[in-house]
Amino acid sequence: MKSAFKQSIDKAINDANLTGALGKFSEAYKVNRARAYEGIDFELLRTVIAERKSYAASNLDLMAAEFTRNAEAAGARVFQTDDPEKVKEYILKVARDNFVKTVVKSKSMATEEIHLNAYLEKAGIKVGETDLGEWIIQLAGQTPSHMVMPAIHMTKEEVSELFSKEVNERLSTDIPRLVEVARKELRSKFLAADMGITGGNIAVAETGSIVLVTNEGNARMVTTLPKIHIALVGIEKFVEKFADAIPILTALPRSATAQLLTSYVSIITGPSPNTDGSTKELHIILMDNRRTEMANDPKFKQALQCIRCGSCLNVCPVFRLVGGHVFGKIYTGGIGTILTAWFDELKKSEEIQGLCIQCGNCKEICPSKIDIPELIMEIRRRLVQKEGLPLLHKAIYSVVNNRRLFHGMLRAASLAGKPFASGKFLRHLPLFLADLTDGRSLPAIAAEPFRDRFKKIKQPKLNEKAVFYAGCLIDFAYPEMGEALVKILNKAGIEVIFPEEQTCCGAPARYSGAYEVAARNAIDNIKALLSEEVQYVVSACPTCTVALSHEFISTFESLGQKEWLPKAKELAGKTVDFSTLVKKLVDDGRLSLNDRRKLGKVTYHDSCHLKRTLQVSSQPRELLSKAGYELAEMFECDMCCGMGGSYSIKLPEISAPILQRKLQNIKETGAPVVAMDCPGCVMQIRGGIDQDGADIRVRHTVELLAEQLED
Amino acid sequence: MYEQFKVRAEGVGAEVHRFRTRGEALDFICTFLQQEGTADAPQSYAVWAAGPFLTGIDTAQLSGKIPGLSFNVSRQTAADSKIGISEADWALTDTGSLVADQTAVEQRLAATLPAIHIALIGTDRILPDKAAVFSRINPRASRYIAFITGPSRTADIERVLTIGVHGPKRLVIVFIDEIEGVTV
Repeated sequence: MKSAFKQSIDKAINDANLTGALGKFSEAYKVNRARAYEGIDFELLRTVIAERKSYAASNLDLMAAEFTRNAEAAGARVFQTDDPEKVKEYILKVARDNFVKTVVKSKSMATEEIHLNAYLEKAGIKVGETDLGEWIIQLAGQTPSHMVMPAIHMTKEEVSELFSKEVNERLSTDIPRLVEVARKELRSKFLAADMGITGGNIAVAETGSIVLVTNEGNARMVTTLPKIHIALVGIEKFVEKFADAIPILTALPRSATAQLLTSYVSIITGPSPNTDGSTKELHIILMDNRRTEMANDPKFKQALQCIRCGSCLNVCPVFRLVGGHVFGKIYTGGIGTILTAWFDELKKSEEIQGLCIQCGNCKEICPSKIDIPELIMEIRRRLVQKEGLPLLHKAIYSVVNNRRLFHGMLRAASLAGKPFASGKFLRHLPLFLADLTDGRSLPAIAAEPFRDRFKKIKQPKLNEKAVFYAGCLIDFAYPEMGEALVKILNKAGIEVIFPEEQTCCGAPARYSGAYEVAARNAIDNIKALLSEEVQYVVSACPTCTVALSHEFISTFESLGQKEWLPKAKELAGKTVDFSTLVKKLVDDGRLSLNDRRKLGKVTYHDSCHLKRTLQVSSQPRELLSKAGYELAEMFECDMCCGMGGSYSIKLPEISAPILQRKLQNIKETGAPVVAMDCPGCVMQIRGGIDQDGADIRVRHTVELLAEQLED
Repeated sequence: MYEQFKVRAEGVGAEVHRFRTRGEALDFICTFLQQEGTADAPQSYAVWAAGPFLTGIDTAQLSGKIPGLSFNVSRQTAADSKIGISEADWALTDTGSLVADQTAVEQRLAATLPAIHIALIGTDRILPDKAAVFSRINPRASRYIAFITGPSRTADIERVLTIGVHGPKRLVIVFIDEIEGVTV
């Protein structure tokens, strides 16, 4: 029996409308967003936003006090509370005091966060959403599937059905006609409403202003026609100065909908006149709901920099497959996972945090510079700390922390896998393991691991030496990659040292939140890899490279362990990925590749850790060109292949369709070879190609280059 | 500056016109109203919110000339109008936006409820960007500042861009080079 969570994933993935709409949108979004940012220094812009928002988050009390003083001086009534219940009670009291029967709302995530609509409806007040998407899902009795486009999962046929019922008339599926129906229906609601409720995109402390960013014009009606306006604002929306709104207004529409500016931006400061000449009653509610607690958490404070553009959803390879509903009822996608853990409870994020494949797309694109993948890792770490590891994981990690036992089991697996292997692959696994080979063959464990083969390689005695860190996949599944690397480095005059005591880099444990396990792996590796005096520690696995160069340090820091930090930093300084080192050797004239042969087309897949953490993407391409290949770029070359370490084992139903997209993009280039720098990606993509049957060679760059060494 | 603004504003679906004098602009507006069928019947009215442009203009005479044109902007007249006319204070070339102090509710009603919004502005009010306008507007003095960029739009059904959901379906921007001191 599958869990409710797994069932919701299956339902979403099999919803062709949803995955089709999201897939098309995410492809168009990337192009349109880039166009909208033309002529803008994005790095500078987001640095400014991050700095201004971070300042406000560090001074929430000060911001709230100044905002309140200025808004009240302008005639607004300001109510501040940390309790969502008190927010609802306050709004109901204002409604009751003014005999409010109907409310119109413009889109507000903060009101969704506290389930305001249901509360007011229960008290007998009619609440009408007026944002078209919000109205659609209100009529459908659903929750938003996207923060910016709440009804993206619905088709025009479904909308037509809903509207037909609402207006008691058979409507066509013509979209402009449906929008016209909404205009007419909601117009009378705007004119009749006694109270308008909005959120706030920005709250300016210096002036007490609320800034509303919309496209439809509904917020202008909601704040103009009813005599009472309540703005519910999460206190993360503060900025100190009026001018601080400029960078946010520059980034928000570009990142959210690829617009230079939305149709309407309204800056409201205190009450303005009503249509009958009276003065509007303006209430601004400053809601905390654990935001102060978040601001005091050194790790999570940065999440308050979010401007709610939703771009982390739009670039996420997982979100575009499953949509928002799998994430829960309110905040969705990358940032939604973090906000749910806080505004709802940590426990609720237990399943959804596992959706993150750690590809890093969202971090690269976030206009508030939030390290979303890192924060999701921190959620994992805290969950493990609080709830403990599942028993199975505990058993696995106790093995991983014992190198001899671990490697012994891998050797045994080489034999155990035999019945299921054909050629180089495990094609079918029995029982519950069968899912693992669904859509992808797994590599058979090599009969002889690299550590054994290494001893047989006859290397010339050379003065310069480098330590090779193989990582589990090259060591036990793809030893030929290690041999290719030795061949190349020897050619450049470098002798390779392979310290036997090296073990798993700890990434699987770390990505599961088991930092203690990862830390013990780190210590074992530091001892092994620093045992020789060398200039470089080279790895041909980007995930391992990131572990050695970044994560050993951050794991120790997260755990507050200082003892091994200096050594971890020393190791990080020596660590280099394969392509970067080889490119340098070629540039320095120490290595030449045979470029006289025409080798035909190759397409290159950027591995997540290499491209986005190590910032390496041109080096392997230049090396392949130098070796005689003609580069044919694939669509979405830097989109994750769906491997994500153990992700493909935990969530094969998501990993498989991500892989299928990647295979399609590879095939469309017509290249007979696809290159990449990561053995994990090789495992995923080679396994996929094997089951697909396409005649395409899947190779690590190291293998392709070793074939083209100048004699 | 004007040409840059025009390109950007038209890019988001606004219609942009420019006239040398207030008289020429007024002629354009009158013809426009007549062509759009402004008449003394609900849903065919036009409302014009008072602003500097109207200084010295005989509004009673204008109303007489165009039945259905009213300078009394109320909730009801605006809701029953096809066309609303208001004034803007600034135009921004980088995004094709208009910026207006709409603290007066009449300005908001005329710019929000009718299907067509005509916005009047002096050609000398064009600024490069948000930073320039932010240093010239003061939220303490202007309680409702509106940035308007093209007509009302949505893409909430199947991501198909559709113009005119709640606000105006058309935004007609009229620039006047010599807005001050010219009598009709």
